[in-house]
Amino acid sequence: MRPLTPRRVFAICLALCAVLFVAVVISLRMGAYPVSVRDIVMTLVNATLRRWSEIPPDFQSIVLNIRLPRILLGILVGASLSTAGAGFQALLRNPLADPYVLGVSSGAALGAILSLLAAPHAPGLIQAAAFAGAIATIAAVYFLGRRGGQLDSGTLLLAGIITASFLSALIMFLMTTLPGRDVRGMAFWLMGDLTSPSSVDLKWLYFLLVIAVGSIYTTSSDLNLILTGEQEARHLGVNVHRVKLVVYVAASVLTGLAVSVSGAMGYVGLLVPHVMRMMFGTDYRVLIPASALGGAILVVVADTLARTVVAPIELPVGAITALAGAPVFIYLMRRRVR
Amino acid sequence: MSTPAQGGASVAPHVTPIAAGDAPRIKVEQASYAYAATDRSAPKFTLGPASFEARQRELVAILGPNASGKSTLLTLLAGLAKPLSGRIEIDGIEVSKLDIRTRAQRIALVQQESELLFPLRVWEYVLQGRYPYGRRLRFESDEDCLLAGNALAQVGADAFRDRWMDQLSGGEKQRVILARALAQRPSLLLLDEPTQHLDIGGKVELLRRLRKLADENRYTVLVVTHELNLAAEFCDRIVLLHKGKCLRVGTPAEVYERDLLGEVFEAPLEVEMRPGGRPRVILRGSH
Repeated sequence: MRPLTPRRVFAICLALCAVLFVAVVISLRMGAYPVSVRDIVMTLVNATLRRWSEIPPDFQSIVLNIRLPRILLGILVGASLSTAGAGFQALLRNPLADPYVLGVSSGAALGAILSLLAAPHAPGLIQAAAFAGAIATIAAVYFLGRRGGQLDSGTLLLAGIITASFLSALIMFLMTTLPGRDVRGMAFWLMGDLTSPSSVDLKWLYFLLVIAVGSIYTTSSDLNLILTGEQEARHLGVNVHRVKLVVYVAASVLTGLAVSVSGAMGYVGLLVPHVMRMMFGTDYRVLIPASALGGAILVVVADTLARTVVAPIELPVGAITALAGAPVFIYLMRRRVR
Repeated sequence: MSTPAQGGASVAPHVTPIAAGDAPRIKVEQASYAYAATDRSAPKFTLGPASFEARQRELVAILGPNASGKSTLLTLLAGLAKPLSGRIEIDGIEVSKLDIRTRAQRIALVQQESELLFPLRVWEYVLQGRYPYGRRLRFESDEDCLLAGNALAQVGADAFRDRWMDQLSGGEKQRVILARALAQRPSLLLLDEPTQHLDIGGKVELLRRLRKLADENRYTVLVVTHELNLAAEFCDRIVLLHKGKCLRVGTPAEVYERDLLGEVFEAPLEVEMRPGGRPRVILRGSH
């Protein structure tokens, strides 16, 4: 009997941070302009210590201004989607749940498309509209998904699926009936990629990420019990209603956050929590941080591949995560089934 | 030997009082409840006022046909719902007024089946019983592990502590679910039809185990069951329900009357009194 200890959680997180660091360095190195690993590490160290004069202008421009912001955005999106996926799987008691199952991504995409139609060149408006669309969907699904004044997993799932299909129909309607618009821009919201740099300060996005992931993490031991049945969890002393509300709001905000800066990137929120479960067990006290870091690693690696595999053409990251994710998932599932 | 008929299902509820000076652990006073589809619709099921008491070391069976209100009564006893009228006390404190974690430290509920979404080892499952005692994020202490190990040993499940829950047989799983309840270190143990998926050997073993737990750990054990003869053999007290009404409370000999059981279960039943004062129910015409 070896129960989970804070030391084990810390060790797993440290190992995943090391993998993420390696992925970031490799990603910074890859591209049209070659930069050595030593130069990348020196640039990062000098930037961290704010010794700007010691960084060559070329490296400052390519490493710090072009490649690093995109990688940081990828880390944000990957961590958000994976944590949200793990949260929704417990909240809905459904292993197939992903961050988009409740229609948050469709709401964000609709908001973004409406802003593209109304004011295509307003800076920051599209992200704000996408986030507003996500929040409006969260609120609508919350009120539709309640039963007897409380969030009911089955009703919530049905309400989410119906809302998602209704919003998708609206998006298709807009895309097919409005000729001459920026269809490439609209497709971005449906496919997901990191090519459009966010005009929103990353610091604020990371602040939201930490708050939302932290909120879900405080409920992780409660979620372990909810996974064995809500009634049982209630009887073991879990305030199920409060936990579901916290996870619903935090996971939805994370999804809205990711979708508003990268579109609906597929597979990350479904795949990563399952892979982490297979590697480190089903305990949410380790699964939440492991999923956040695992998601960040996956998106950084996928984005690196997306911009280098058929360079100079860039593929949408969502296509890479789906192409690579499905076979990996099937392999892991078969191995588990034996 | 058949007991003489002493009235049918229509008799007024009869409750055998507990001896003076022995404080009851659980006290149910005129507790009632009603289910409705919505807040405004008429109740679909009503549990009429029920009253009984149980002391520590007592094994109590809640008997009755389907839809008689057994599980509703158990829900009220577990504190998962508040009675519409009356009160339920554990050690003198109203159950519905206990905060959620204190309640989980005092009352453990064993339900029929655990629906696991992801695979879990037996010891991980049993450690969940320590949740009500946990600190922030509730990482388990050495004491938690010791108590969970003891709980597994008490139900004879020590040998399969490292197995996956979904690889256990029905009987093994039942023991592990019971072990998790024991890890809660409750004073009141509630079981909802624990014998349902067990063969006759498993049923007898479980009741023996519950009897032993009540005696050795000073638990008060309440079991919802359909097993009339096992309840008569092992239980100190019977609560008989029918159509949402508490018909009779007392020792098996006091409750098991031919006409009463025949009317409640709508079957031709005969009651024999065995040496030692324990009754046995048989189907009339089957011997």
